[in-house]
Amino acid sequence: MSVTAQTTSGHVVGRVEDVPPGEGRAFVAGDVQVAVFRLRDGSLHATQAACPHAGGPLADGQTDADVLVCPLHLYAYRWRDGSSTSGNAPVQVYPVHEEDGHLVVQL
Amino acid sequence: MTAVLGGRPEGVSTLHFAMDEADGIDTRQKLVVVGNGMAGARVVEEVLERGGGEQFAITVFGEEPHGNYNRIMLSHVLAGEEHEDDIVLNSHDWYADNGVVLRAGVRVDRVDTHAKVVHASDGTTAPYDQLVLATGSRSFIPPMAGLHRDDEQLLPGVFGFRTIDDTRALLAAAAEHEKAVVVGGGLLGLEAARALQGHGLAVEVVHAGTHLMNQQLDPDGGAILRQSVESLGIVVHLATRTTEVIGPDRVRGVVLADGRALDADVLVIAAGIRPVTEVALMSGLEVERGIVVDDQLRTDDPDVYAVGECAQHRGELYGLVAPVWEQARVLADLLTGADPDAEYHGSRTATKLKVAGVDVATMGVNRPERDTDEFLVISEPRRGVHLSVVVRDDRLIGATLLGDTRKVAFLTQAFDRGAPLPQERIKLLVDLSDGAEEVGVAELPADSQVCNCNGVSKQAICDAVAGGCGTVGAVMDSTRAGKGCGSCKGLVKQIVEWAADGDVVEDPTAGWYVPGIPMAKPALMTAIREQGLLSVSAVFAALAPGGQEDAKSKMALTSLLRMIWGADFVQENDAKFINDRVHANIQRDGTFSVVPQMKGGVTTPAQLRKIADVAEKYEVPMVKVTGGQRIDLLGIRKEDLPAVWADLGMPSGYAYGKSFRTVKTCVGSDFCRFGLGDSTQLGIDLETRFQGIESPAKMKLAVVGCPRNCAEAYVKDVGVVAVGGGRWEVYVGGAAGASVRKGDLLATVDSPEAVIELTGRFMQYYRENANWLERTYDFVPRVGLATIKQVLLEDSEGICADLDEGMQRSIDAYTDPWGQDGRTPATPGQFRPALPLVALPEVPVR
Ligand SMILES: Cc1cc2nc3c(=O)[nH]c(=O)nc-3n(C[C@H](O)[C@H](O)[C@H](O)COP(=O)(O)OP(=O)(O)OC[C@H]3O[C@@H](n4cnc5c(N)ncnc54)[C@H](O)[C@@H]3O)c2cc1C
Ligand code: SF4
Ligand code: FES
Repeated sequence: MSVTAQTTSGHVVGRVEDVPPGEGRAFVAGDVQVAVFRLRDGSLHATQAACPHAGGPLADGQTDADVLVCPLHLYAYRWRDGSSTSGNAPVQVYPVHEEDGHLVVQL
Repeated sequence: MTAVLGGRPEGVSTLHFAMDEADGIDTRQKLVVVGNGMAGARVVEEVLERGGGEQFAITVFGEEPHGNYNRIMLSHVLAGEEHEDDIVLNSHDWYADNGVVLRAGVRVDRVDTHAKVVHASDGTTAPYDQLVLATGSRSFIPPMAGLHRDDEQLLPGVFGFRTIDDTRALLAAAAEHEKAVVVGGGLLGLEAARALQGHGLAVEVVHAGTHLMNQQLDPDGGAILRQSVESLGIVVHLATRTTEVIGPDRVRGVVLADGRALDADVLVIAAGIRPVTEVALMSGLEVERGIVVDDQLRTDDPDVYAVGECAQHRGELYGLVAPVWEQARVLADLLTGADPDAEYHGSRTATKLKVAGVDVATMGVNRPERDTDEFLVISEPRRGVHLSVVVRDDRLIGATLLGDTRKVAFLTQAFDRGAPLPQERIKLLVDLSDGAEEVGVAELPADSQVCNCNGVSKQAICDAVAGGCGTVGAVMDSTRAGKGCGSCKGLVKQIVEWAADGDVVEDPTAGWYVPGIPMAKPALMTAIREQGLLSVSAVFAALAPGGQEDAKSKMALTSLLRMIWGADFVQENDAKFINDRVHANIQRDGTFSVVPQMKGGVTTPAQLRKIADVAEKYEVPMVKVTGGQRIDLLGIRKEDLPAVWADLGMPSGYAYGKSFRTVKTCVGSDFCRFGLGDSTQLGIDLETRFQGIESPAKMKLAVVGCPRNCAEAYVKDVGVVAVGGGRWEVYVGGAAGASVRKGDLLATVDSPEAVIELTGRFMQYYRENANWLERTYDFVPRVGLATIKQVLLEDSEGICADLDEGMQRSIDAYTDPWGQDGRTPATPGQFRPALPLVALPEVPVR
């Protein structure tokens, strides 16, 4: 797993190429595990790595422009605010951006 | 600390209305409400609605720390269908905004009715001019040995089902355990049982009565309900009690009165409720079974009232919300003087079971009581349908609808409002359509309450329609009508249709193959073929509204495209479900299970040795022989998958896919003394030919060497049975899962080659025509065996050659996914762990 560093603007968790378009990968930022997603349109999103429902691995979920779907029981969460479309507890979302090819997550 | 529902941030649970305290010149009367449940909060709402905020300084004591929530919906929360945040009726902020002091998390211990002061458990007091007791009920816990620990607490693993805290605890337990026993086969018990089952637990219900829901149903109805409940996979034990809980550290099981023991690691007690009357007793008020009140809901102290489940009115106790609403209205009229003569005369109660897959609605009495009562029954036990009505003096006084609740909206209205009944009584139960409108939705007053649970009026529904909600679903979402117990859904639908004046659209997505693209399967397939859409993203771009992709549609589209295009399909990793991305089955702890191919269940010592070596090398926590005669390696870390496949050196068994999986076989003529055909070889041949073929849902096959059926071929998607003389029977649409269905005999053929050809043709027909995730046991009855026979055996549609060709294209496109992706990952980090760092329940090591 990649080494993380802290910048003024957040935690560098890895490089953009680590996350293929349309997929998610899990990283550690500080002592928090986050899932970072790169959508097909290039936009980046980050959430807590464990699903609030039963701890499912969210980085393995499926995505579209609005939501992330957990692979275990298929609850969906909105990128916008982490709220669930299926009546579950919300997921924590984090701001994430690219800096010189690096992924930077703000906790 | 557990979160406060409808609460304020950072543990603020008590709010004071500062203004009056500061200058001390509040001239308003003091209204104190004890109990912040559905009744207490409703009284406050009704009082405020009548302008009571000017008349009264209102203080509400609630033992629960939460705001006010919809207790009815706890069943849905437990089932995972609703989130707890969505059942909040009045948040802490609501109380503050309305100038009501909420003393949340504070219990009232007693009332000094002479000094007119309530004493709370935190040592505080509150004076009142008018006092309302709304303390509700608590779960009745029947005596059983071993139920409590020495410190009087319930044994860990034992739960009541009454509050949000109970529900949260149950949800947490459900995530960790496998076996539940529910004590009580009434409404609440059955809802709890079904909800727990939905979380994957095996559930047994123990009920003391001789039939389920004996409060509402007669024995015949109860017997039919039992069938329906058992067909869902819930085991029911009637006419017996649990006498003992097996412990000692936590629940391990229960012992029944007849001496049998049942394993359980979760025990839910839903054996009834008892009114909470301690405060009233301590304060010297008259209490029988509940707190005794008169028609003005007054106790024997003229300034103390009681409402809701704690109150006993004319000898009756109620355990439902409809009476709560009626009582709250009457009480608010009295308190505020809006109608000083208001009286409550009792409620007629209707109930509905909120269990998916079992429709039960009952109201009033369930059998005739007088010689002159009319009683009409339609009973079809085999279909699980039992309908009855009781009519007295041209008025409906009772109805039971089981298995078919289409008439519930009309009957509820007739029951509640005494609407005129059709002369032909049979019309009460079945539609004998003569074009005449039976239900006068139009005549219903605008302010009449349609949804009792969420308090939605006819007007609110009409407003939603006027505001642009074009479907019943949209109206329900925006008003929450029909989202409580669900008994009013039919009526909501009728009102929406009436209000939209023919402009309603039936939920349009119902007929779509995937939710993200507005097309039925045939149209979708045609468009994909005609426009040459080879990838999932191309399909979204061309066919989805606004080109929007939809996560929940991706897996189904991947499967469909692969079937249509075979080798020409353009794969996109993000369009695949995680199982298909790493070719293994994701487990509840985020690890994977791996099943190597073992055609026809036949293996060799060398393969077994290899599997054993791999299991040791990767410390596989569990090695399991599956029901499909294969060996499952469970608990493999994602990052180890490629190495595991490489070391196994066997092809993938497709245990993870919505696809053809395996052919179970018996030993057949090789060794069995009864064998009439070489079932093992035919199984191997079938598995070889159809390996990896994707389909709308998984497909499991079996071949047996004689009708003794040792490999259970009658209950498979395709089952083949040797019947002697070189002949084989081919059955389709069988199932031995959550529902059990014997397959239908499609044909008897006279060679293994003919079996293979017919199997392929049926599978292709199913692949092209079934809905996403529709198993063959739903597909075959839906399409009809006669039709399937005509199409596949007589080629009535002239498509057999196409079916054969379509299947061949998929077969030609087969490659072993483990071989491919094992060598070079399809995308960077394909096998990178996504497991959270937090500890998760582990797959047990045996
Ligand atoms: C899971 C479930 C499903 C249900 N489904 C349905 C359904 O489908 N249809 C239907 O009609 N009904 C249903 N009910 C019943 C319905 O919820 C009750 O009829 C209704 O909640 C009764 O309201 P209440 O205010 O009298 O009691 P409650 O809602 O129980 O409220 C009483 C409140 O008073 C508080 N309290 C008690 N004593 C004190 C004290 N001394 N000091 C301060 N506070 C106190 C309690 O903590 C509680 O919060 C269901 C109930 C449950 C539990
Ligand atoms: S099904 Fe018939 S042939 Fe096959 S093992 Fe059983 S008895 Fe033998
Ligand atoms: S763990 Fe994510 S949906 Fe259940």
